[in-house]
Amino acid sequence: MTHGLPKDGIASGRLAPERYRENFSDLHAPLTKHEAFVEADRCYFCFDAPCMNACPTTIDIPLFIRQIGTDNPLGAAETIFTQNILGGMCARVCPTEQLCEEACVREAAEGKPVKIGLLQRYATDVAMSEDVQFFARAPQTGKRIAVVGAGPAGLAAAHRLALYGHDVTILDAREKPGGLNEYGIASYKTTNGFAQAEVDYVTAIGGITIHNDQALGRDFSLAELADNYDAVFLGMGLGGVNALRAEGEDAEGVHDAVDFIAELRQASDLSALPIGRRVVVIGGGMTAIDAGVQARLLGAEEVTIVYRRGKEMMNASLYEQDLAAAKGVTIRHWLAPRRVLTNPRGAVTGIELEYTSLVEGKLTGTGEFTVIAADQVFKAIGQTLEADRAGGLALEGGKIQVDAEGRTSMPKVWAGGDCASGGEDLTVEAVAQGRDAAESINRALTVAILTPLVLEGALVNG
Amino acid sequence: MADLRNDFVGIKSPNPFWLASAPPTDKAYNVERAFRAGWGGVVWKTLGEEGPPVVNVNGPRYGAIWGNDRRLLGLNNIELITDRDLQRNLQEIKQVKMNWPDRAMVVSIMVPCEEESWKAILPLVEETGADGIELNFGCPHGMSERGMGSAVGQVPEYIEMVVRWCKQYSRMPVITKLTPNITDIRYPARAAKRGGTDAVSLINTISSIVSVDLDNFAPVPTIDGRGSHGGYCGPAVKPIALNMVAEIARDPETFGLPISGIGGVTTWRDAAEFLALGAGNVQVCTAAMTYGFKIVEEMITGLANWMDEKGYGRLDDFAGRAVRNVTDWQYLNLNYVTKAKINQDLCIQCGRCHIACEDTSHQAITREKDGKRHFEVMDNECVGCNLCVNVCPVEDCITMETLEPGMLDERTGKVVEAAYANWTTHPNNPMRKPAMGDTAVVEPAE
Repeated sequence: MTHGLPKDGIASGRLAPERYRENFSDLHAPLTKHEAFVEADRCYFCFDAPCMNACPTTIDIPLFIRQIGTDNPLGAAETIFTQNILGGMCARVCPTEQLCEEACVREAAEGKPVKIGLLQRYATDVAMSEDVQFFARAPQTGKRIAVVGAGPAGLAAAHRLALYGHDVTILDAREKPGGLNEYGIASYKTTNGFAQAEVDYVTAIGGITIHNDQALGRDFSLAELADNYDAVFLGMGLGGVNALRAEGEDAEGVHDAVDFIAELRQASDLSALPIGRRVVVIGGGMTAIDAGVQARLLGAEEVTIVYRRGKEMMNASLYEQDLAAAKGVTIRHWLAPRRVLTNPRGAVTGIELEYTSLVEGKLTGTGEFTVIAADQVFKAIGQTLEADRAGGLALEGGKIQVDAEGRTSMPKVWAGGDCASGGEDLTVEAVAQGRDAAESINRALTVAILTPLVLEGALVNG
Repeated sequence: MADLRNDFVGIKSPNPFWLASAPPTDKAYNVERAFRAGWGGVVWKTLGEEGPPVVNVNGPRYGAIWGNDRRLLGLNNIELITDRDLQRNLQEIKQVKMNWPDRAMVVSIMVPCEEESWKAILPLVEETGADGIELNFGCPHGMSERGMGSAVGQVPEYIEMVVRWCKQYSRMPVITKLTPNITDIRYPARAAKRGGTDAVSLINTISSIVSVDLDNFAPVPTIDGRGSHGGYCGPAVKPIALNMVAEIARDPETFGLPISGIGGVTTWRDAAEFLALGAGNVQVCTAAMTYGFKIVEEMITGLANWMDEKGYGRLDDFAGRAVRNVTDWQYLNLNYVTKAKINQDLCIQCGRCHIACEDTSHQAITREKDGKRHFEVMDNECVGCNLCVNVCPVEDCITMETLEPGMLDERTGKVVEAAYANWTTHPNNPMRKPAMGDTAVVEPAE
């Protein structure tokens, strides 16, 4: 339906068929070779580069950009993958404007940072499209490690562990591996089945077995894993969704934004996906933006993101907020949901919100209310660790408590990614934590192997 | 507005921008277009002797090096002198000169090193009404293998001999074009002067292999799998050309000899620099071959605006002004002490100054202060070399500050002396020449 009155309520097929493909194509076109050369030429090859230090995985950005500029994209890809085996996805989804590109000295100098994300994508695309593998496994150690969750943290940990010669078994609750890369990111950020292609690229190193539809706490317990494996890495993310705590939130037409995003990613026919004529998204993070923007792209007439605090407190980056605005999404601040309004048939007709303000640093309702008409409400107010998943591990702020190396309160058990404490729940942080936990696991296992030898040597020498 | 009119050995042109003898000046069609675009003069592409025309390769004639955005930085060519019939060229030269009497029309000539050959062609050229001739002793490829071009330019005696013939058999002003493919440009320049040349022009192209095709392992441009050295030109050769122009301008034997400056002139600023170093005008080729004839508009307005800003009414007001400031290293003032200074407000924290100094120079720039990234020059280590200034991506962020006499140089622990003192009087110089009766030779900083 491209003309005439938009269909009321929640309906599919709001757009002409060709518009769906247009709307959900790559957000940023990849750089051509010449564009990559020109952009690479802008890099100053800084000493102890600020961009590199701003990257949670500490990719040697000046080096890989110089490699691109000298027509050595495979060398560039190796530089990237050495630090971040999911460098392809990170190139697409990283909030570069608040990481490497914010730190770029050209941002300070002229407000135009080097397009590091697009350059990283250029190099990783070359290597992955040619299926060039840069890493060979060390001889098998005989050590077996269980990784829970095939998302960014789990995949990064698995790859590094496999590299050291350990055998890795990944257990993932979903039908497909990839975690949020597969289920939790807006379609226009990772098109053409990239998430699955990346899983294949990462696991091509060998020594990694993935079992799908295996959920911790449902199909197996942490105690079983600890008994059966030499080490366990938990990277299952956050399965629970926070409640709105608004009256009527169980109404038909109120959905979890993460489910909507996942459904959209898995849909084979976007025109069959129903969306409200008027959509309200509650939340202030990347998930709220992804849901709001995609609702618009599916043809919703009005989309409003409602956040209970101010603009500068939103977790979504300014860049993401601007993207939403450019796609016609309205973002309103200082409004907290109080009641979902429904008609006699139980369908959502709107949401009542209370104006809020900070009183002595505390968010407080003002007693003033407003109503936004809506057919559909998406909740995007954060995710939580489902309590039964933690299996008796010590928690911190509702997440699994870990130390700097990713060790949990339980021996033999490490954790990383969104389910672990600390960080801002970025893909690139999950990769760093998975990688670093794998290093820690490897050290622990290697010490276990070496210790008797060392003792033996000490005796001989003594 | 500044008066750009140019008088070069009696050859008048409305501005000092001539097109050099090269493909852009091969025929009337191009030269007419150039004059319409505003060029002050041309040196017609080199004529050879009467007879079967020269043959060029039918494959690629040019190779190049580029910046990352394919900006052409240097060009190399293996094209020979004109491959058109001599009579046709002469007719066209005559016609174009009649059509454009106010523009300079100089004809480049290259014939075998025999008196008869030169004696034969000179009257033919003179008959066209051309303003002068340029002797091509410069081309480093193709013709040089036949004893012409740079093969002549590399032997000062030949230069002198041919110039003498030209002066003997022609009334036209003679400009001798020099090859840079020699060790000391002053020798061929002096020879040209001894032969009676009215002027020299330089540089011709530099023998070069511009790149190697790593798939076929052959030089570029590649002709059926093989390549030959060519002549290098364009922005990359300007520094070499400037030095050679200056060498001739300040050589006592050739001092005052008019020079037509050639080599990488791409903008008005390049031209101004050549003129300041003693050139009477400039010749341009690669810039035109890269962008077309229109660039002369930028050159004319740029030079005129700069002259207006500086208060120079005519070219002569600043021509040669830099020559007196070119000297030998041994005469540089060793009591002149500078230190680099980094403007912390302009610094963008790239750290290139630090790493360049740390890895390759004098370890004189910090990398942190109070645990924070911070780049600052340590005066007690800085030798004032200027490398940091050159690698800094921000203009004027790092400047060289002069230490005034009486100030302490923290590196040497010595007070800066006001007196000029150079290597010739330095105590470390075993060949030093103390001034007569002066027992207290001023000791330079180092």
